[in-house]
Amino acid sequence: MHALWTRLAALLALVLAGMVLTPAVALAVPIPVRGGAAATCVLPSPADDDTISIAGRICDRRETPQTPVAGVVITVLDSSGNPVGEATSGADGTFDIPLPGSAVENLGKTYVVKVDEGSLPDGTSLDKKNLERDVAINLDNDQFITFPIGEAPGSTTGKATQALQLFIGGIVFSVLLAMAALGLSMIFGTTGLTNFAHGELITFGAIVAYFVDELPGAIRIGGMNITVIVAVFVAFVVGGAFGWVNDRALWRPLRNRSTGVVAMMIVSIGLSIFLRNIYQFFAGAQSQNYSQYSAVKPWSIGPVLITPKDLIVTVVGIAVLVAVTLLLQKTRLGKATRAVADNPALASSSGINVERVINLVWIGGAALAALSGALLGLTQGFDYQIGFKLLLLVFAATVLGGLGTIWGSLVGAFIIGIFIEVSTLIVPPELKFVGALVVLIIVLLIRPQGLLGKAQRVG
Amino acid sequence: MDWGSMLSLSFQQALGPSAVIYCLAAIGLNVHFGYTGLLNFGQAGFMAVAGYSVAAVVTTFGLPFYVGILVGLVLTVILALLLGVPTLRLRADYLAIVTIAAAEIIRQTVGSVTLVDYFGGQDGLTGFIGPFRSLNPYSDRVGIPGVVSWSAYDFWVMTVGWTMVALSCLAVFLLMRSPWGRVLKSIREDEDAVRSLGKNVYAYKMQSLVIGGLFGALAGFATALRSAAIGPSFFATDITFFAYTVLLIGGAARVFGPVVGSIIFWFLLSFLGLFFDLATRGQDPIIPDWIMTPTQASLIRFIFLGLGLMLLMIFRPQGIFGDRRELAIDAR
Repeated sequence: MHALWTRLAALLALVLAGMVLTPAVALAVPIPVRGGAAATCVLPSPADDDTISIAGRICDRRETPQTPVAGVVITVLDSSGNPVGEATSGADGTFDIPLPGSAVENLGKTYVVKVDEGSLPDGTSLDKKNLERDVAINLDNDQFITFPIGEAPGSTTGKATQALQLFIGGIVFSVLLAMAALGLSMIFGTTGLTNFAHGELITFGAIVAYFVDELPGAIRIGGMNITVIVAVFVAFVVGGAFGWVNDRALWRPLRNRSTGVVAMMIVSIGLSIFLRNIYQFFAGAQSQNYSQYSAVKPWSIGPVLITPKDLIVTVVGIAVLVAVTLLLQKTRLGKATRAVADNPALASSSGINVERVINLVWIGGAALAALSGALLGLTQGFDYQIGFKLLLLVFAATVLGGLGTIWGSLVGAFIIGIFIEVSTLIVPPELKFVGALVVLIIVLLIRPQGLLGKAQRVG
Repeated sequence: MDWGSMLSLSFQQALGPSAVIYCLAAIGLNVHFGYTGLLNFGQAGFMAVAGYSVAAVVTTFGLPFYVGILVGLVLTVILALLLGVPTLRLRADYLAIVTIAAAEIIRQTVGSVTLVDYFGGQDGLTGFIGPFRSLNPYSDRVGIPGVVSWSAYDFWVMTVGWTMVALSCLAVFLLMRSPWGRVLKSIREDEDAVRSLGKNVYAYKMQSLVIGGLFGALAGFATALRSAAIGPSFFATDITFFAYTVLLIGGAARVFGPVVGSIIFWFLLSFLGLFFDLATRGQDPIIPDWIMTPTQASLIRFIFLGLGLMLLMIFRPQGIFGDRRELAIDAR
């Protein structure tokens, strides 16, 4: 009896190790408990007899806890491809296929376990590589495998929900992207500078918010911990101040020396390398999270899930974007800004203080970038190069919409942001940024001045 | 603090394979930026295409080494055409953004899990330098005894690399004193004037982009050969920025600018690295732990690099050898 328990423990360890090594197998599978409730997905109990069985279960990993799937046909083939056994999963999702021959004869052999794709319930599927599994018999005991079942890539209902979910995720990301892109576009419009250090303004916001958040003690109003809210607000304000410093200490003197636009672009690259390494010097290379980062149970609105945090970030972001565009459209300052962007010399001669406008644009643009960084850090954590990684997408958004146009950068940001998320329906997730950048190049081929840019004399 | 060995190691880097790579990349940028005024921020992309061509052709497809070089050169030309068609008619900053985006597209694609069978994902590829290694005539460490030395393989890469650099410099020299080169320089100075003289500016820019890209391809081959391996991290965006720094140190629009720039860049970079490393290590470091740890010290050289690039561009954009009048660069 004792020996049996030792072997069972070894087997369990083996199965667990297998789960860790096979990323496709959901890790949330509860550790098998002998005689567990049939409704949840558990492994069948091993039988101690002279034969070896290949046993296992079919679980639907879209549910938490996973639920068993019945009626799936499983075949076992030997190494030369001849079927040696077949079974159908029962109501508890388990199946058991005894191997022919005694245990000793089977040691060291390898069998292939196949799931009949046609017998899976409609709308579900296994990953391609999961349809077949090699099982090597090394121990004199029953072998267990789990086939986690997920969403079928082709099923219509699932796909629509998934697309909607990704679309919502895309909106959240777009809002953050749009704030950064608006700042970049405003600075470009008024000064002609393509600021490669704009990503570092984003990171600056994330870092400032983090340091405020890490300060000892929590800020509370009526028992509610609002430290993070204060931190984001401080990041916004300090970010604006940082923009002022940027302009006063570096860019204004350069403008006064009438440095060329290309030279300033290269200076901004130097600034980007400089700041990025300073950030890493103080914040380290590892990824950081804010104190209230911890995952919250998402709300389900219709078929879509959204975390309260994402919802708040989106609402705040949209409010800020609307406020900024109203400011630019309705106020005297906004009008002056657009005048400077259109023609600085003419604006200056009609009595607009161009330098002051540019300085304000720097403050506003940097504050927006910092806010975007702080909110980004809030939703997904940050590291010292979060802004640098985002920079290309910010560029893509502004160029797509038309460099220097305010509406263009917003439109561009939403197209890029939503495209990135929704494209993962087809494109492998690690290539989603690539897709967005390819779209950028294709749009430039068809409409070089961007979606909302004005056509100009070309060569 | 052992100044002797620090200087020796810095010299080793200043003339070593890394300096060759950045020198070749900067020669390409010199054709683009120095002579034609094109802002190519995606030189790392050209390097990646070439380097990965050699690696994938040999390792993944099992074809001979020279086929890999050929494929690399052809793909580089195709990449230059692809990038040039949409952007060369636009303002300079469009080319900058599209090239930097293209370089990142290439880097993320070759590093993706989906294509792991062809490009080895994040681990990259190895095992393609056999034919190159077998030609190595050196068998022992080479160098000046007691001053500086390189391993036999490194020195073989350097021999081939500096020969490529010499040939590239010759090519650039001959190209730029030809009528064709004078057109390039006048495009840099005033594109509209050149157009009014009936020259096809677009075609000239495209030719310049292709030729500079091919020098970038040489840098890519050198990258693959130096490490005997290749991976996506070898072609990060910063590589292009460093190559710009190299070019600006030596002086843009000068044939030997990239050569001098690369040697100085690597000397300073490794010297600063070694200095701050030694200054923070040991029982009682010169710079105490509460100011900076050795990990932080490794970043100081890049902080200096960024600062140096800014100051260089602001106060001496012509670098060491350049002519300020030749660098009236502006976006068009």
